[in-house]
Amino acid sequence: MSGAAAGAERAAGSRAAAGSRAAAGARAAAAEPAVDRELARAHGLSEEEYEKLCGLLGRAPSFTELGIAAALWSEHCSYKSSRADLKELPTAGPHVVHGPGENAGVVDIGFGLVAAFKIESHNHPSFIEPYQGAATGVGGILRDVFTMGARPIACMDSLRFGDPRAPRMRYLVDGVVRGIGDYGNCVGIPTVGGETGFHPSYDGNILVNAFALGIARRDRIFTARASGAGNPILYAGSRTGRDGIHGATMASEAFGAESEQKRPTVQVGDPFTEKVLLEATLEAMRTGAIVAIQDMGAAGLTSSGFEMASRGGTGVRLDLDRVPLREPGLTPYEIMLSESQERMLIVARRGRQEEVARMYRRWGLEIERIGEVTAGGRAVVTAAGRVVADLPVGPLTAGAPVYRRPAEPPADLAARRRPPEVPAPPGGLAGALEKLLTTPELASKEWVWRQYDHTVRTNTVVGPGGDCAVLALKGTPQGLALTCDVNPVYCWLDPAAGAAQAVAEAARNLATAGAEPVGLTDCLNFGNPEVPAVAWQFREAVRGMAAACAALGVPVVSGNVSFYNETADGAGGGRQIHPTPTVAMVGVVPEIDRVPRSHFTAAGDRIVLLGEDRGEFGGSAYLRLLFGVEQGMPPRVDLEAESRLAELLRVLAYNGAARTAHDLSTGGLGVALAEACFGAGLGARVEVPLAGPALFSETQARALVACAPGQLARVLRLAETSGVPAREIGEVGGAELVIATDGETVRLDVEPLRAAWATALPRALGF
Amino acid sequence: MRCGVVVFPGSNCDHDVYHVLKHVLEQETAFLWHGDEDLRASELVVLPGGFAYGDYLRGGALAALAPVMAAVRRHAEAGGLVLGICNGFQILLEAGLLPGAMRRNRELRFLCRDVWLRIERADLPFTRGYRAGQVVRMPIAHSEGNYEDTPQALDALESAGQVALRYVSPAGELDEAWNPNGSARAIAGVTNRRGNVLGLMPHPERCAEELLSNTDGLALFAGTVAAAAGAVGAAR
Repeated sequence: MSGAAAGAERAAGSRAAAGSRAAAGARAAAAEPAVDRELARAHGLSEEEYEKLCGLLGRAPSFTELGIAAALWSEHCSYKSSRADLKELPTAGPHVVHGPGENAGVVDIGFGLVAAFKIESHNHPSFIEPYQGAATGVGGILRDVFTMGARPIACMDSLRFGDPRAPRMRYLVDGVVRGIGDYGNCVGIPTVGGETGFHPSYDGNILVNAFALGIARRDRIFTARASGAGNPILYAGSRTGRDGIHGATMASEAFGAESEQKRPTVQVGDPFTEKVLLEATLEAMRTGAIVAIQDMGAAGLTSSGFEMASRGGTGVRLDLDRVPLREPGLTPYEIMLSESQERMLIVARRGRQEEVARMYRRWGLEIERIGEVTAGGRAVVTAAGRVVADLPVGPLTAGAPVYRRPAEPPADLAARRRPPEVPAPPGGLAGALEKLLTTPELASKEWVWRQYDHTVRTNTVVGPGGDCAVLALKGTPQGLALTCDVNPVYCWLDPAAGAAQAVAEAARNLATAGAEPVGLTDCLNFGNPEVPAVAWQFREAVRGMAAACAALGVPVVSGNVSFYNETADGAGGGRQIHPTPTVAMVGVVPEIDRVPRSHFTAAGDRIVLLGEDRGEFGGSAYLRLLFGVEQGMPPRVDLEAESRLAELLRVLAYNGAARTAHDLSTGGLGVALAEACFGAGLGARVEVPLAGPALFSETQARALVACAPGQLARVLRLAETSGVPAREIGEVGGAELVIATDGETVRLDVEPLRAAWATALPRALGF
Repeated sequence: MRCGVVVFPGSNCDHDVYHVLKHVLEQETAFLWHGDEDLRASELVVLPGGFAYGDYLRGGALAALAPVMAAVRRHAEAGGLVLGICNGFQILLEAGLLPGAMRRNRELRFLCRDVWLRIERADLPFTRGYRAGQVVRMPIAHSEGNYEDTPQALDALESAGQVALRYVSPAGELDEAWNPNGSARAIAGVTNRRGNVLGLMPHPERCAEELLSNTDGLALFAGTVAAAAGAVGAAR
């Protein structure tokens, strides 16, 4: 179809839509169910919440009003169970331009530029319908970024699946990966990093956390604060359909036997529309005629309208007869709650709406004036000339209920933390290493990320597969480094230590590339917060995260909480996921042409081990993946040691002293050495003063570096100055990985080991 | 050299190609809008990668009917240079400016990775920066790059020397294990009989700067620019 033909068809569709508007109004008047306590409960409102709503209105709400209030007060939109705790997180810092509360956090990255980024969960929809669930997760997070005026330049995804052999798991993995790929690839934003983990605690609730980052000039950031009474409110993008209604409330419940039936609550994405919406929006922003803008995400027109008014301290009047509809006959209730994708709500300057509209039409998109900003703080919604909702904005948004849920540690906590036995490796150290490297957890994730376009936009200096991704910032000598991390087993054993470890590991990963962190965004995935043990996990995790952020000087600039990641067991209980506070951190690389790689790059390079082992196995991959034991205290998080190590790694990178820097994490030194060999197929010969399973100990604040022989003395001297224990352990080269310990000497050919590691994941999944 | 990069709704490598031509090679470069028939006097027209019109129906099928394509066709018929990369290649196939068609990748999945290519024709305006038989590395990123045609048509293509690039092993040998998408006869790029239209699935614009650790693609653009300068020089 030619552009002109496409335009003609849209115009014809517009007339049809106009014809259907009167019908919508007529239906509104006719068949709205009467509201009572029962209906309120079915909408997820508690008895007290319903009372509070009636009190606010001085009457019973209409059906449409009930739908709106229930969506705004859902856990997903209101953060009612987490808000009190989240206040503990440090959100200020020298680089922070916009902290939490906007569509994305914004940090200054120098050269007059800012980075806008956020991570968000799409767990519930992805479990019900993996392809569309994951795809629309990517779509939503991209809109959160470009709604700030930033052009998206990178995506990451943190994925947690169950046991590969669990029912539906192969289907879920395939659908999620295809969904992320098809959406991001089409929009043309590279997916440069992320993580993929497997653990049976996700058998009934997978996690799909999508991250996006965009770049803008600092003086051209947009926010979502509706201001200026009389300014027109414009609706741009896809038409409104019946998809996704109750998505926000669905994401605020645990799964039961009927979760398959929730499929219609999952939205359907169209990445092509997203791409043109992105281009049109960035062009429209350059007109100077836009006051505020927000995408219609969870709870659609309801949340975007109310949140913009709430932030601006204003009200809104919305005329639903003017909302472009996909089909006739949608009720006001449906229009207000639809989660149809690829839609934006815009406040334009009075008298200048045509300048904005022209940009959207140029890209073949519909744009309609559907209301205006009002003074007085009320949201008034009309259909067919009749008021269908008249609600106070503040009390329904900023004034939403806040709960501090009763919390207590899980009853079996002491048992979980009992020091574990650490058996000798079955099949020797070499056998254990081979086995670890071929588990889905530690195997190469290339099968996943090669389905994502990670080279489009030509900024990807280091793509997926390393400790962090590194992107060039064209027009500057700088780069950006991105990573996301969390170890859910550590968090299950000790949520505070686990969350702190996630922050520390992310900072360490950035440091290997020479990057200084400027901010992080978190996605806090937990079970049902009404269960005291879950509320305790959440509170502990926030406490640990806050402490680590403060110690490492990294502010939290945006984030998302996903509760109710649990599935009813049919006996009145529920199976919860392991607590999973995902951390996505962003750092600035001062000199993009001096980025060490995560793998060995040159034979003859000397290998130096930084940090000291304390023989820690609690929650380790060694015990979990080889012996099925999840027990003990996770590795101690020494934030001062982490801080010193990160500083040293940055100094080594900046001075061009190290060619390789790779952090030690899951699987310890043994796995880190093997990974470093795989990147370029180079072997290594090292000698380490340790015995038995200590090769797989997961003591934190450690890293491997490799340098040219002439740089060795400098590396050791810089380490000493930084107060980081350092020891030369060997040399890069040959076709074998040789690890001499006190006892066994591991001797493995790199190529077959690499091939086994590279193919283990698709093999485990049967692809 | 005056270069034009076509922007379809859904193009997403337009800025990348523009960057190489404008900033790396410092050529006069403009974006060309899909709805216009004006090529703004471009000597080289590039159809970039992406998902033009969402690739609805088939990759490139709708884009082939866009107004700008009428002008691109006239430009090609007049001997002007047209380069189609990835989705741009698919559009050239759908527009009939190059022979053949694309099927989905052999493994039915999107594939983003580096491939090895052998330069089969080093005498085209686009490939003069390479030696015949030279093996280069470039990234691919597509789900429909499985080139196909009838055996007779493929024979004709081969005998007319229209196969410009093939997927090969790092040593330059034909080997199905190194054919990433199942393309017939490992074809990665084809040209028209006249040699002024080239379509290829790999992305030379993604490997044209030192910073990206691979500059194998730069010679394609630099060679095209040099060839055009040479042609102008000869005409004078």
